[in-house]
Amino acid sequence: MIYRITDEPIDSAALLGAVGSHAAGGSVLFVGTTREENDGKVVERLEYEAYHVMAVAEMQKIGDEIARRWSVVNVAMVHRVGVVPLGEASVAIAVSAAHRDAAFEACRYGIDTLKAAVPIWKKEYFEGGERWIGACDHGSQSRREGAG
Amino acid sequence: MTIRVLLFAYLRERAGERELSIDVAEGVSVGDVWELLCASHDRFAEAQPRFARNQVYVDKAETLHDNDELAIIPPVSGGAGDFD
Repeated sequence: MIYRITDEPIDSAALLGAVGSHAAGGSVLFVGTTREENDGKVVERLEYEAYHVMAVAEMQKIGDEIARRWSVVNVAMVHRVGVVPLGEASVAIAVSAAHRDAAFEACRYGIDTLKAAVPIWKKEYFEGGERWIGACDHGSQSRREGAG
Repeated sequence: MTIRVLLFAYLRERAGERELSIDVAEGVSVGDVWELLCASHDRFAEAQPRFARNQVYVDKAETLHDNDELAIIPPVSGGAGDFD
């Protein structure tokens, strides 16, 4: 099992390889990539911040819960922090299992739960401003001086 | 007693600090400390965060102890923008 926060580009092929096993009948890999458009704005770049120690602990809990609920062989999850250029992976989760249903379901549970529970925050920089995503209001949005 | 408060994302930016060391009375709860922080920091109150005591999510009623680490966790947004 791999649970990691990194400021380096994510090697999703390596993550997929890491969960491979002769005991597995298949592996599912989910890769989340940074998208150019959000909420009608053209995003220039995204920056992620993590509460590193707790983020890894929460990922571990997700992996433990996956192992309880599905018959999986291996789980690996990695989240990138710092500036992530458009189109690059910010998160990847790989799950191997004897049977594909378990692998698909566990991977889906993994990414959904990660987004809800793991203390990582995303900031969008767009033309003329920036904002933290997940903020309860738009009060976190601010305009950059001299931009636009 | 002293507790260490960790701030992230826009709370960190609003406070201008990543970490605060604050002296509080014995027996205070997470909610008590949050109220103190809201009273002393502009626009904290609207954040509706969750809280973690020593890296574990707790609710506002949780009692704090000397040298505890209290993390203020604004709504999280990990992952990527392509599958919300």
